Amino acid sequence: MIARALCLAFALFAGSLVHAGEAAPLADDPVAEKRLQELSTELRCLVCQNQTIADSNAELAQDLRREIRGMIQAGQSDKQIIDFMVTRYGDFVLYRPPVKGITLLLWGGPAALLLLGIFALLRYLRQRATRLAEELPLSTEDAQQAEKLLKEISQK
Amino acid sequence: MNRYFWIVGAFAGLVTLLAVGLNLNPHDVPSPLVGKPAPAFQLNVLSTPEKTLSPKDMQGKVWLLNVWSSWCVSCRAEHPVLVQFSKNSDVPLLGLNYKEVRGDGEFDMSKLNADQERKLAFQRASQWLSQHGDPYTLTLMDLDGRVGIDYGVYGVPETYVIDKTGTIRMKHTGPIDPEVLEKKILPLVAELNK
Repeated sequence: MIARALCLAFALFAGSLVHAGEAAPLADDPVAEKRLQELSTELRCLVCQNQTIADSNAELAQDLRREIRGMIQAGQSDKQIIDFMVTRYGDFVLYRPPVKGITLLLWGGPAALLLLGIFALLRYLRQRATRLAEELPLSTEDAQQAEKLLKEISQK
Repeated sequence: MNRYFWIVGAFAGLVTLLAVGLNLNPHDVPSPLVGKPAPAFQLNVLSTPEKTLSPKDMQGKVWLLNVWSSWCVSCRAEHPVLVQFSKNSDVPLLGLNYKEVRGDGEFDMSKLNADQERKLAFQRASQWLSQHGDPYTLTLMDLDGRVGIDYGVYGVPETYVIDKTGTIRMKHTGPIDPEVLEKKILPLVAELNK
């Protein structure tokens, strides 16, 4: 147990060390560094595709962070920097791809599937209700008993 | 009966979707550069380091640009295909050596100055080519990977087909195998050369 805890503590510690080894921030300019952080969490690292450029330690991600840093220092706007990336790596580099023809299925797909599911469920439930009513009509005895029970409830 | 038809149909549709999706290569990212002018650069030539070359110098020719590096394992795999290609074809094949030294990970870059890096890169690249054969008309040295970024390189090897007007017509990511060469690259080059 203790060994496990130690292991975990070590893993966490090692993790923070790795972070400390990150490219040197623009310490003298916290605003620029914050912009770099925000921009690089919007951009996908193309080498390890499920990580952002901010998270990834791949060489390319480091290069691109350096590139973004340079562009921030050169006074470029966020849009200019994002456009720079898109012209080179395509929409795929964006973690939130723009809504347009080719990405319509991506954005609308889940909602469309949900609607389809709701529609199918409603249809099924309605059909089931009519089917049950047709297949198993109440006998007169059952109907009388049901009425009696309903009356009892309403009297209470 | 009708009900099962719908359920089975929906399930089959889902399976097809997943089967197609899972068989796609996630690294096959379509390049936005196809159809656009090849980004400009001015890079030193490996065999004649005092000279530089830019894509403009290739205007009027259909040419291939192959991004490689001596530390890149897949490049070694595709290299024989390129060597064979260069023997059989007079289509210019330019090499773009990508981050020869700093991409390797073997070197502590804080201990190398720019001159040392440059010298080492040229030396390593020439040595590798003399060892494995040199299919390139000439090789351009992209020491810091800046040109690589302009070309949207994210994994060597990558190969671009560039037409007579200097427009990128195709990009292939990953090693070229004989099939890609025969079925995709060569027909396109032939068509562009018409």
